[in-house]
Amino acid sequence: MSSTAAIELKNITKTFGSVVANNNICLTVNKGEILSILGENGSGKTTLMNMISGIYFPDHGQIFVDGKEAIIASPKDAFDYKIGMIHQHFKLVDVFSATENIILGSGKKGKYNLKKSAEEVKEISEKYGFDIDPFKKIYEMSVSEKQTVEIIKVLYRGADILILDEPTAVLTPQETEKLFSVLRRMKENGKAVIVITHKLHEVLEISDRVSVLRKGEYIGTVNTCDTTESELTEMMVGKKISLNIERSEPKDPVDRIVVKNVNYTTRDGVALLNNISFEARSGEILGIAGIAGSGQRELLETIAGLIHPSSGEILYNNPQTGEVDNLRDKTPLQIRELGVRLSFVPEDRLGMGLVGNMDIVDNMMLRSYSKGNTMFLERKEPRDLAKKIIDELEVVTPDANTPVRKLSGGNVQKVLVGREIASAPTVLMAAYPVRGLDINSSYLIYNLLNQQKENGVAVVFVGEDLDVLLELCDRIMVISSGNITGMVDARTVTKEEVGLLMTKSNRGEKDE
Amino acid sequence: MNNAGTTKHEPLFHIVKRSSMVWWKSWLIRIGSVAAALIVCAVITVLLTGKNPLGVYATMIDGSFGTPRRIWGLLQNIAILLCISLAVTPAFKMRFWNTGAEGQVLVGGLATASCMILLGDKLPTLLLFPVMIIASVAAGAIWGLIPAVFRAKWNTNETLFTLMMNYIAIQIVSFFAYIWSVPKGSGQVGVINGSTKAGWLPSIGGHDYLLNIIIVAVLTVAVYIYLRYSKHGYEIQVVGESENTARYIGINVKKVIIRTMLLSGAICGIAGFLLVSGTDHTFTRDLAAGRGFTAIMVSWLAKFNPLYMVLTSFIIVFLQKGAGEISTTFGLNDSFSDILTGIIIFFIIGSEFFINYSIKRNESLKGGKK
Repeated sequence: MSSTAAIELKNITKTFGSVVANNNICLTVNKGEILSILGENGSGKTTLMNMISGIYFPDHGQIFVDGKEAIIASPKDAFDYKIGMIHQHFKLVDVFSATENIILGSGKKGKYNLKKSAEEVKEISEKYGFDIDPFKKIYEMSVSEKQTVEIIKVLYRGADILILDEPTAVLTPQETEKLFSVLRRMKENGKAVIVITHKLHEVLEISDRVSVLRKGEYIGTVNTCDTTESELTEMMVGKKISLNIERSEPKDPVDRIVVKNVNYTTRDGVALLNNISFEARSGEILGIAGIAGSGQRELLETIAGLIHPSSGEILYNNPQTGEVDNLRDKTPLQIRELGVRLSFVPEDRLGMGLVGNMDIVDNMMLRSYSKGNTMFLERKEPRDLAKKIIDELEVVTPDANTPVRKLSGGNVQKVLVGREIASAPTVLMAAYPVRGLDINSSYLIYNLLNQQKENGVAVVFVGEDLDVLLELCDRIMVISSGNITGMVDARTVTKEEVGLLMTKSNRGEKDE
Repeated sequence: MNNAGTTKHEPLFHIVKRSSMVWWKSWLIRIGSVAAALIVCAVITVLLTGKNPLGVYATMIDGSFGTPRRIWGLLQNIAILLCISLAVTPAFKMRFWNTGAEGQVLVGGLATASCMILLGDKLPTLLLFPVMIIASVAAGAIWGLIPAVFRAKWNTNETLFTLMMNYIAIQIVSFFAYIWSVPKGSGQVGVINGSTKAGWLPSIGGHDYLLNIIIVAVLTVAVYIYLRYSKHGYEIQVVGESENTARYIGINVKKVIIRTMLLSGAICGIAGFLLVSGTDHTFTRDLAAGRGFTAIMVSWLAKFNPLYMVLTSFIIVFLQKGAGEISTTFGLNDSFSDILTGIIIFFIIGSEFFINYSIKRNESLKGGKK
């Protein structure tokens, strides 16, 4: 058995200050096997893999490669041991072609010969079933193509142990399928593949064995064929939880926000939104699905008044006055002065929704600090609100005066969503509100969104996990390259149908 | 275990970020760093000059505290440096790198001087001072406003812009120094209103500099309150931390940039006023004497907290005074005292690394053998 172990970890421990990121972890990956490392965010998966790939160095413990002890002190060492990692955030040079990126820094001897290298890249592609043009520039590529380049890059360097960090987070269901077939082919070629993930159904689909981490501790390893989704969840979270999201029928929905023929073109002339029209109704959750960067961000920012559309209208039906206001070309401040109670949970929590270096109290003031006629700040109300949110949403923090950047991702999001809901909105827009959150926090956020829906709020939810979108939303709007490619009923549509809509105009209609 | 085949060595140490540190420990590190700096300086003194380092240090302290006059001089210098540091701080908190304090002080000082020269014998004292103050504040504010407008409207680089404004200010001051020079053509203005003392900041209880110091003390508290408790201060912090957040909550970023630089320039103008009216009673192109740049260090070392800046400006002024004293007493040139100042500041800044990070010995080697 030990002769087939490609890599073995013994008693690995890593601490950051007082935080124990990995405690006494033992793991074995065999040749010709796909091992999933499953764990919630913050459970130490990425830290562990970073130690194998030479980014961090363990405080204690040993790593064995092919049965010999290995000291991996830098990414170059890892590469000498034939270990390659594909990071969640790609590290590619945009203006270089695929081949140039692949051979960059590989340190292979011999003359720089792009043609020959391109041949080699082609060879690798054919062997594993990749579909890539070696001369295409990175900036012209889709996310999935960029990922392909990253994978070929480590294969080109002769890696026998591949680590993929959340590889499916940015892919459509179809692209995920393609990636999985590539991974299976690698396995047949005797490579050891480690996939870091927190998506259960993918674990069950692709891996041979699953190792589970929880809060830096190693929980156990099971054979995929002997386990179930609920057993894995229990291992991951530490207790049984139900994975069902309740979905009530919308109560007398009325159009709250009506977007009509909105176009948005950047100063550089790039069209990011093309003729977008839809309506968000009260008491309903409208999901927005699409590949990351298809215009979701711009769409929400247009409605929130952060950017102004090139043309089109954004109408708001005020439930109090019954009037219709046009929000187009209004700033966030003007929108609030109109009495429009529009809350927005942006994708970039610490870069837009909150200020990382400010404490929770000061972050509560962001929306309300300008109230009152004095020159000075009133910190009493924000302090009360901060305490209320900490209590009600169970924010884990030493106190209300802790800078929010010191909180974990889930707690940061609770602070942000808590503040946005506190203003009793009539429209609530949330972009990727559960990204990076653990299961418990995610479900808490889903519940909060559902509560808002029952209070008659028009909820707009931009999500990436199609399973969740399908379970949570009432309607789903699919956006692709700034175009709406479908508005479907979330109760009847299938994941594959949504996946197809997500890539639709990318291939067919785009001929401007 | 023998890992033949690999020649890799495990690194002996690694660096770990500290989560937080109790305040007294961090101060212990800072004091320790100063002590270490003094030891290094002592070694260098012996090696380079052969003088007794303790004597050198005693001379340094003597240079600042030796006589009442020196103590007042020290306090006065601290006050001016602190005033300029207070000026750059709101801009820095907004991440607007105002390297133009030098020029803003110069134009403020020039405005004061021109009031003294042109209006000194025409206006009564009660009217003259408000006019001088308004003129110097306005001059400094305008010098700060110009780069701010360009940054807000066209997103120009404020560091280069403010830096270049310094040279314009220096040339303007040189120009007027020539026009108003006494005797004509000498390029030296000399003491303004030496006989009438019109426009000279009055002395309190026989202390010429006391009023200067009081004004800066009041200013320190005011800037502290402004940054910490006012809505403007809050907006400055949000804009500095993240312009996206500022847009998200509807802060007018351009307005905040322009308003804050007006304030920054205005306080520099006050510093110029204090220098001309309260200290030098004349002006030259060296009026600010590099303090516009030293202030950047004072502000950073104090982490933009006006109250800490009292301490950091004291350290810097004390070192400069002491260094100057060494060079005259021991017949060493200025460069030697600059070496000592440089070493001490290097250690003070370096101590922040040990406050934020700790260095640990790797133990896995031993652990693996067990």
